[in-house]
Amino acid sequence: MYNLIGAGLIVVGAGIGLGQIGGKAMEGIARQPEAAGKIQTAMIIIAALLEGLAFGALFLGK
Amino acid sequence: MKKALIYFSKLTAAFIILMSTSGYANSSPEGDNKLNTKDEVNDYIQHHIKDSHDFHLFSYTSDSGVRKHVGFPLPIIVWTSNGLTSFMSSAFHHDDDGKVVVSKKGVKIAKAHNKLYELDSDASTVDFDETNHPINATKLLDLSITKSVVGVLLVGLFMLLAFSSLARQYQQKKVPTGFGRVLEPLVIYVRDEIARPNVGEKHYKKFTGYLLTVFFFIWILNLLGLTPFGFNVTGQLAVTACLAIFTLVVYTASGNKDYWMHILWMPGVPVLIRPVLAVIELVGALIIKPFSLLVRLFANISAGHIIVMSLIAIMFTLKESLGVAGATLLSFVLSLFITLIELLVAFLQAYIFTMLSALFIGMAVAEHDHDHEYDEKGHEIADTEDVRENFI
Repeated sequence: MYNLIGAGLIVVGAGIGLGQIGGKAMEGIARQPEAAGKIQTAMIIIAALLEGLAFGALFLGK
Repeated sequence: MKKALIYFSKLTAAFIILMSTSGYANSSPEGDNKLNTKDEVNDYIQHHIKDSHDFHLFSYTSDSGVRKHVGFPLPIIVWTSNGLTSFMSSAFHHDDDGKVVVSKKGVKIAKAHNKLYELDSDASTVDFDETNHPINATKLLDLSITKSVVGVLLVGLFMLLAFSSLARQYQQKKVPTGFGRVLEPLVIYVRDEIARPNVGEKHYKKFTGYLLTVFFFIWILNLLGLTPFGFNVTGQLAVTACLAIFTLVVYTASGNKDYWMHILWMPGVPVLIRPVLAVIELVGALIIKPFSLLVRLFANISAGHIIVMSLIAIMFTLKESLGVAGATLLSFVLSLFITLIELLVAFLQAYIFTMLSALFIGMAVAEHDHDHEYDEKGHEIADTEDVRENFI
């Protein structure tokens, strides 16, 4: 039961984080469309690092 | 290329013939009493996620009530107390509870929960205590050609044929023909978008081979997992752990003096903090980086497979409440949608694994082309480049 609540919390946290990353990247691209490629790459790297953290937590809590 | 294509088509034909002829049947112990649909779905998904000793395509219950399994057996190779033994997995007759015992070289072998056990001389089945340790048997060193090993070998063979023919074409003329035209832009993409900017202009050539291999290996295996043959190779912890260890070895072995300096004796911070940072950096470089690589790939692919199979299972679990047509339509629409996303995830995970490997290698081989600045007391001042390098 508790691990399910924990899994929910992890997903909420990861969702907030991913939303921040995606939103800020969108803002950045809107401001500077010519830097879209670089922003996208950096966004994917940070999203991947965050995802690794979230999956690690889910995996350890299982 | 033509030769390779002919060879490949022969191989495919052999596979199809093998699959269609070696469907074998037996009656399983629980063939008669009906299982709860939900439990059955759960068992099926669990079975798919794990590796297995036979290539199982599907099962059905015939009109006469006999449970039939269609697929083909794979060789089992185990190291027993009497030496190396091998036989086909069909000898177990789909038993996975340690009940069917195979005697080879005077050793009794049984399979339980996908693991092979050597029975004691007086035992006839494998018994487990409460903590799931076998009482009357010992676990064997399992070197079998399992389903995942078949997947790895298939992809390895495919990559060897495809890329060696591509390399041969470059020796003869400048423009590749046939399937090479599909591969060339992908190879150039990995080189120019992943290897070159992340490893650095000076060293990228040395590591492009490794990055290309990892990228195509993961991508093709991910795509293979989306076919209905039931492969789940990149969803096996052993496979992803092995790939992560390769990356760990590559970037640890190629790390230069500056890299080790920044791990063990970080410049630009007070001396008292340096040992603390060394511990953190060592744990980060040797454990956390490969662990995050392996868990990310494993969890993404496993989760994708579980979601796709759960959505397909809607067809059976909601049959009563939605009707056959409604449940099938719902399941079809949802699983089609998720499968398309999985197609993207298959590429994205291969890209991310390769990208992060390139990034870690780039951090290990980066060269300092600047000197550290010192303040009036002789302490080093951390510059922005150092801070950024050590941030990730």
